[in-house]
Amino acid sequence: MIKLENVSFKKENKSILKNINLEFMDNRLYAITGPNGSGKSTLAKLIMGIEKPTEGKIYFNDIDITNLSINERAKLKISYAFQQPITFKGITIHDLLKIAIKKEIDKKEACEYLSKVGLCAKEYIDREINNTLSGGELKRVEIASIIATKPKIAIFDEPEAGIDLWSFQKLINVFKYLKEDMRGTNIIITHQEKILNMADEIILMETGKIINVGKKDEILNKLLHSEKCCMRGNYE
Amino acid sequence: MNKVDELLLKEVIDESIEKASAYNIRKNGKSIERKISPYINIIPKKNKNGLDIYVKENTKFGIIHIPVIISKSGLKDTVYNDFHIGKNSNIIILAGCGIHNDKHEDSQHDGIHRFFLEENSQVKYVEKHYGSGKGEKIINPVTEIHLKNDAKMTMDSTQIKGVSETIRVTKAILEKNATLIINEKILTADKERAKTEFEIELNGENSSIQVTSRSVATDKSYQEFYSNVVGNNKSYAHISCDAIIKHEGKVLAIPQIFAKNIEANLIHEATIGKIAGEQLLKLMTLGLSEKEAEEIIIKGFLK
Repeated sequence: MIKLENVSFKKENKSILKNINLEFMDNRLYAITGPNGSGKSTLAKLIMGIEKPTEGKIYFNDIDITNLSINERAKLKISYAFQQPITFKGITIHDLLKIAIKKEIDKKEACEYLSKVGLCAKEYIDREINNTLSGGELKRVEIASIIATKPKIAIFDEPEAGIDLWSFQKLINVFKYLKEDMRGTNIIITHQEKILNMADEIILMETGKIINVGKKDEILNKLLHSEKCCMRGNYE
Repeated sequence: MNKVDELLLKEVIDESIEKASAYNIRKNGKSIERKISPYINIIPKKNKNGLDIYVKENTKFGIIHIPVIISKSGLKDTVYNDFHIGKNSNIIILAGCGIHNDKHEDSQHDGIHRFFLEENSQVKYVEKHYGSGKGEKIINPVTEIHLKNDAKMTMDSTQIKGVSETIRVTKAILEKNATLIINEKILTADKERAKTEFEIELNGENSSIQVTSRSVATDKSYQEFYSNVVGNNKSYAHISCDAIIKHEGKVLAIPQIFAKNIEANLIHEATIGKIAGEQLLKLMTLGLSEKEAEEIIIKGFLK
């Protein structure tokens, strides 16, 4: 369980997050949504340790992790998928999966992780993680690296960003797999109705604050009748 | 050879000398071991230090080792090696220089290698430079490449730390349908200085050159990269220079491409910068420390 207690974050004297109190329970899928600039990505970065709160505490299974570094949190099995997947020169998909698993694995084992994200594994395993891969392929490699860490908490920052309809459909299947077959807590920042519909709970944010937290149907219903509705359904 | 010599040799050519079809080992300015084959002859030059290496026409899968090792402090060794590759041959040449210098006098090796590839011949040339010990180690390789019609050469050049100073000059003239691929990897540390110069003349129709230079300058080291590619005919060039800088490392890149023919298609890309913060963050989110992440990124970059 991840718990945020009175968490605030300021950057260059600008308040980005204000007094956030949240609990993410085990084995549930949470969707965080809200308009651009509402602080969703910053919240995800605070949980991973990429940013540190200016006030408040973050607990993981009752352990205070507020001051732990990124890699210390990774060792606790907290993981984070970047909105824009990172590319490398000379690092292959096989290399990245070995780093994620933290041991030498052969290509066959590495292929299994790629298969889980719908990539025809043998074709990809020795490819460099660079821009010769499409946006959708990079995204799925990013998610495969998260699955390979066997996370207790997996955070996905707008996984739908920058990908086409075909890739989005495959991504939905990946999240179905994560929800049904992987134990742990999944936190997905999204604007997409299809992903929101998969969530157990939805967290609605606006201007650095939590506006609403609740069961999927309850929040979706409110969103649909809201003038400021922030959902996108263009992949439908 | 003593243990230092053996270590230097292993660093320069990471392959057993027994695998070579022909070889010549040069130690402290003198040839100490040589082997030739019915298809590959190695003849010492009469008027200066160096060798003429002759590969007969249609020789396939030959491997030649031409390593130089220097363990004598203060030695300045200059050597002129000419490789004459017969028509339709396909061979591998492993060369390079390893210097160990633990004393205050400079040790230096200037290797001038000329390659003459006849029609339709192919060469993979692997060159590695290595230095150990606290004394100054200077290595200045000059590579001149002449590619006749349909000839192809791949040159992989590596220098990872330990060489105090180097000026590396590569000149090439390409004729019709000739192809040259150069992959260069350099890592400088401490106060090391490395300068690389490429001068390429694409004279033949459909000749092409591809240069990929990856370099890392750390500590207070300094690197310069110059390239000058001239397209004199319908030709193609892609020059890519990528450099990572760390600490107080500095890199200067000066690309020059000159199209003298309307059908010449010449491209140059150069990027210099520190390791991208996001790359470090990504690997740290997988459990690596910042230092471990940096090492993996550099290792991959130079792979």
